[in-house]
Amino acid sequence: MTTLTCVECEGEVEAAADVMVAEILECPDCGAELEIVSLDPVTIELAPEVEEDWGE
Amino acid sequence: MTVQVSIVGASGYAGGELLRLLLGHPEVTVAQVTSQRLAGRFVHGAHPNLRGFTRLKFCPVEELEPCDVLFLALPHGRSSAQIARFATLADRIVDLSADFRLRDVAAYEQWYGRPHPAPDWLPRFVYGLPELYREELRGARYVSGVGCNATAVNLVLWPLAQAGLIERAVIEVKVGSSEGGNSPGAASHHPERSGSMRSFAPVGHRHQAEMRQALGAFELHFSATAVEMVRGVLCTAHLFPVRPLTEKELWRLYRAAYAAEPFVRLVKERKGIYRYPEPKILAGTNLCDVGFAVDPHSDRLVVISALDNLMKGAAGTAVQAMNVMLGWEERLGLEFMGLHPV
Repeated sequence: MTTLTCVECEGEVEAAADVMVAEILECPDCGAELEIVSLDPVTIELAPEVEEDWGE
Repeated sequence: MTVQVSIVGASGYAGGELLRLLLGHPEVTVAQVTSQRLAGRFVHGAHPNLRGFTRLKFCPVEELEPCDVLFLALPHGRSSAQIARFATLADRIVDLSADFRLRDVAAYEQWYGRPHPAPDWLPRFVYGLPELYREELRGARYVSGVGCNATAVNLVLWPLAQAGLIERAVIEVKVGSSEGGNSPGAASHHPERSGSMRSFAPVGHRHQAEMRQALGAFELHFSATAVEMVRGVLCTAHLFPVRPLTEKELWRLYRAAYAAEPFVRLVKERKGIYRYPEPKILAGTNLCDVGFAVDPHSDRLVVISALDNLMKGAAGTAVQAMNVMLGWEERLGLEFMGLHPV
């Protein structure tokens, strides 16, 4: 298990030892979807997401 | 051996909520509950949710006997008028009314429009919000309750106020009808109340005194609106900070303040329905949810909080304060997680 830092809120995000590139993790604090972009070291970026239509 | 507690004024909504919590508390036994109007009647007549959980009857206040902790849930102004007598009955008192919340007697007179009946007692009370005054509450004998709206505001503004980051705050709360108590009147008559969104205090709400006392000196404006809801407070505060703040800074500030708190949660989700604090899912819990958003187009920062006015805004915090006073685990009697859907 690897502990990563959420790029959105700096919360702790756990990644499994066998995590793969392109896998999506979810931050338990802010709900951001985080994409694994490399493995050595394990690096995450904010995954693109479709905006919800709020209040239109 | 459990601690014996009694409630003075247990027929109201806050008193009933307090009774519900104390009946389920593992370390206390409820000895007496008073109501002048309902003396001799079973408590489940006033609080039907308690049917089958207790055979307690209301008694008149004159029949109160000594106990370990005495809770006062009387209308504002009544506790202070009788505080000397109540203090002969119990070593520890928790007063849910507004009578002993303010340290400054002049502020009491300004906001409540009359002299304080027992000003000598004001310094003896600790303001009963554990998140801000935990050390003072440990071992305290006399504890005040908290204002429901004030608690929603104080908890969400406190991390920023403590850091000296607020220049100006414009705050609006939307509140449920139970804040008005259980005395019916023209304003609560169903055809008048149902469906209304009533600006009952656009200015001049008394809880501002508690906010200023807890948060310190910065420009603070406050309005309150009653909405179609029974329980709950949603606070939306527009803050203009002394310098621009990023969301990451705010995450750090709020985590530093509340990561270890049992009843304050940070709610700021990127997706989903409940992205920010929502009072509906907090009904019956002692939780206060706090969240925030930075306006990318101005220097405005919006902070949001939600709670159940009868719980974290009144009876729940009173029980939490008792737990701190007596050195117990703070969650005792307060572990309900809420309902969803509700």
